[in-house]
Amino acid sequence: MTPLAGYLLVAALVFAIGLAGALTRRNAILVLIGIELMLNAANLNLIAFWRYSPHPEVLTGMMFAVFSIAVAAAEAAVGLGLVIALYRHAHTTDLDEINRMKG
Amino acid sequence: MNIVFWILAVITVLSGLAAVTLKNTVHCALAVTGAFAGLALLFLQLDAQFAGFAQILVYIGAVAILVVFAILLTRGSDTPAQGVFSRTWFAGLLIAAAVFTVLGWAVMNSAAALPHENAVPTVTVQQIGQALMGRYVLPLEIVALLLTAAMLGAVIVAMHEKGEPK
Amino acid sequence: MQEMQEAIQFSPYTVASWIGRILWLIPALPIVAAGIIALLKQPKRKLASGLAIGSLFLSLLLSLAAFAEVLAGWASGHAVRETVNFAWLTFGTTPVELGWILDPLAAVMLVMVTFVGLLIFIYSTGYMAHDENFTRFFCFLSLFAGAMLGVVIANSLLLLFMCWELVGLTSYLLIGFWYQKPSAAAAAKKAFLTTRVGDIFFLLGIVWLFAQTGTLLFYNQGAGSMEPDALAGMLASPAGLGLSAATAIGLLIFAGAAGKSGQLPLHVWLPDAMEGPTPVSALIHAATMVAAGVYLIARVYPLMAAGVQPGGTTTALTVVTWIGASTAVFAALIAVAQNDIKRILAYSTVSQLGYMMAGLGLGGVAVGMFHLITHAFFKALLFMGAGSVIHGCHEEQDVRHMGGLRKYMPWTYGAYLVGMLALTGFPIFFSGFWSKDAILESAHHWKAGQGPFFMLVFGALLTAFYMTRQMSYVFFGEYRGHGHAHESPRVMTMPLAILAFFAVALGVLGTPAWPWFRSFLTDRPSTFGLAGFNEPGLVVLMLTSTAVVAIGYGVGWALYGNRSPQASERDALEKAIPPVWTALSNRLYVDEFYGATFIAFYYWWARVADWFDRRVWGGAVAAVMWFFGLWARFNRFLDENFVNGGFDKGCEELSVGGGLLARVQSGRVQTYLRLLALAVVVLAAILIWSSRG
Repeated sequence: MTPLAGYLLVAALVFAIGLAGALTRRNAILVLIGIELMLNAANLNLIAFWRYSPHPEVLTGMMFAVFSIAVAAAEAAVGLGLVIALYRHAHTTDLDEINRMKG
Repeated sequence: MNIVFWILAVITVLSGLAAVTLKNTVHCALAVTGAFAGLALLFLQLDAQFAGFAQILVYIGAVAILVVFAILLTRGSDTPAQGVFSRTWFAGLLIAAAVFTVLGWAVMNSAAALPHENAVPTVTVQQIGQALMGRYVLPLEIVALLLTAAMLGAVIVAMHEKGEPK
Repeated sequence: MQEMQEAIQFSPYTVASWIGRILWLIPALPIVAAGIIALLKQPKRKLASGLAIGSLFLSLLLSLAAFAEVLAGWASGHAVRETVNFAWLTFGTTPVELGWILDPLAAVMLVMVTFVGLLIFIYSTGYMAHDENFTRFFCFLSLFAGAMLGVVIANSLLLLFMCWELVGLTSYLLIGFWYQKPSAAAAAKKAFLTTRVGDIFFLLGIVWLFAQTGTLLFYNQGAGSMEPDALAGMLASPAGLGLSAATAIGLLIFAGAAGKSGQLPLHVWLPDAMEGPTPVSALIHAATMVAAGVYLIARVYPLMAAGVQPGGTTTALTVVTWIGASTAVFAALIAVAQNDIKRILAYSTVSQLGYMMAGLGLGGVAVGMFHLITHAFFKALLFMGAGSVIHGCHEEQDVRHMGGLRKYMPWTYGAYLVGMLALTGFPIFFSGFWSKDAILESAHHWKAGQGPFFMLVFGALLTAFYMTRQMSYVFFGEYRGHGHAHESPRVMTMPLAILAFFAVALGVLGTPAWPWFRSFLTDRPSTFGLAGFNEPGLVVLMLTSTAVVAIGYGVGWALYGNRSPQASERDALEKAIPPVWTALSNRLYVDEFYGATFIAFYYWWARVADWFDRRVWGGAVAAVMWFFGLWARFNRFLDENFVNGGFDKGCEELSVGGGLLARVQSGRVQTYLRLLALAVVVLAAILIWSSRG
């Protein structure tokens, strides 16, 4: 197994774990935590590919990852703000109980 | 493979697992911080120093704090009565496993085509700064705008509305 | 009799004069009046009677103008026969033609019908004043008058038949005028059906005539059916049983006339027809409708007399004579034993119609028609007088409850007496004497036997007898009725007076001294002079008939006189000859005979047809219905279970499916996330798979 494959597998595993968390936990905040893990795994993917790319001096991967971090931070802020607003409205963060959009 | 890599990988994965399985929400936040740290170290190992430090600064320094604030503001530290996992957690687990399978399969299948050892890149902060201000100036500005908007948006979303019970 | 030998020579066909062209107005005016009256409301009585009387008055004026035209023609020696013909329908190349005719026969009939009709209309305004259906009465009367006038002027057998049927219809409506009375409704039905029997034969005759001659017109510039060519053709073709077509057709037409004029087998409707109001009896059963049959025979006389040899007679005319004579005696016998004032007059009418038919058969058109004209006047007079009597005795019709009315109703008595004397044939002064004598004279000179002569003489005796009986019951003796008898209003007695005058005056036109009527009808100049009396046997005959009449008066007065027996007592004649009386008062059981034979058969046949209809045709229909019911039930089963059921099931499944699908929208974020992740997995797998392959 090449080093790249190793990093990619780790990233995949962390991604799957983050996804599992987002899909199975009741608390909305933990869903957000899961999403952050997924984003991080994607970042690892990016850096790994940058490291083992033929022209690392172009810095594409690194830039991509840095911007991804910035965007993830913004998204976390907005998402948590939403969770707080939701909590204020429904007095719970249990996602199983929030089904007002039920069809 | 490097032994450091394995150690760091195990730390990251275990922290991640802990983050999604612990009952106490604050413990989860702590665990995810550990995962962030592991990943930052992995970045460092990959000679992406800037990315690693940016990860520490932003994720551990800001996102994790935000998560803790949110937990505290929503009384998330109380353990809910029905359990922390959703009623249909198995379906979620299954889907996540499926995703990992597909990804792993994709990785293993393309491993042969991937290049092997490369030279260690030497990336200076000056190069990064030049890239940011040169080639990537537009995304930079847009991200700045995005951050401003996100900040404003988060404030508005989470703000107390007039007449609404606290 | 002489006219039978000589064909009537008319000058070559004159072009229609102004009156000839508008002759159709004469029947049209009353019919139009009837139409307008039909649309009027009940309370508009004055308007209704005014319209009817006005239109008939106009018709009278036109008839007088027509008569004047014909008279002028006769006086100047050019006999008038004007016809106006037109084609009504065309079957391929054969046209069916209608038309009208103006000749002496039509002219006298027109004047008689319109004049007598007008008097009866005026009389009716008084008689029917208390009836609530006044308007309807005048509508029917007017319609009847129009139809009768149509019969008179018809030059086409088809037009005559159409108006004939219309006359029959209106007589049905008028006889059954008081339709709430079951007896009136039954009488109307009987009249219609009985005349219908005659009309069937009439129609057969018409069709046969058309087949034989190709035309239904009487006179048509030499091509008509009563003209020599057509007659010769009909004489020549045989019709089985040794008769020629002419005879057969003549007999068939006579059957129709026999129905309408109440000759022997078909007389049963006439006495029952007295259920109608008295003016109806006067108009229809005295003056006009029953005379239509006689008029018809007079019209087709050339056919009846076709092929007559000098000094002989034809088969058709013989049949007519014998039936006429038999009817005369038969009806007179029955009249002797009746107690209803109108019924006596009804049977008297039947008897006199027999005389008229016999007159036609024995002596020709002029003899029969003269008696028809005089009879119209004095019979109408008698009926209207009877109506006046009934009115004055508060609707009483049984003669045994009347009596002594001579004192209470002098005008009626006077007029009635004149009528009675005219009917019985009191000598010299009364028209009836002259007309009846003409018939007796023809009978006496008849070459085919003296049987009719003796029958007619016997009939005259009976006539005198039963009229005396009636007079003594009604006008002499004491009043046996209820309430107070009173004279009728002037609107009723005035027409009586007028008719009485004519009952006397018309005699002048037919005496042997001045046989104007005969000359007029046969287009010969007439001279006034007593030389007419010099015919051999004429004076003897006159004396004989006078004697017979005197005997009748005498026996009648002897039996009844001033006595006025109560209704509970037996009649004087009944005491004398009980079994004969019983038979006569039961009208010689003719109705019962018919009831037992024809009518019983008809009811049996009707029951058979009904059974057939209900079982066979009805059964077929029911079977079809049952089959369709079955089919309908099957369809319904299919519809409910398969179509409806299938559809409903489909909709249900759709609902359920929708419900199931809706579960995807759980409203829970994690569900959506899961689906998203699943979709990505699938997509990735596909992409990888395709890039590998």
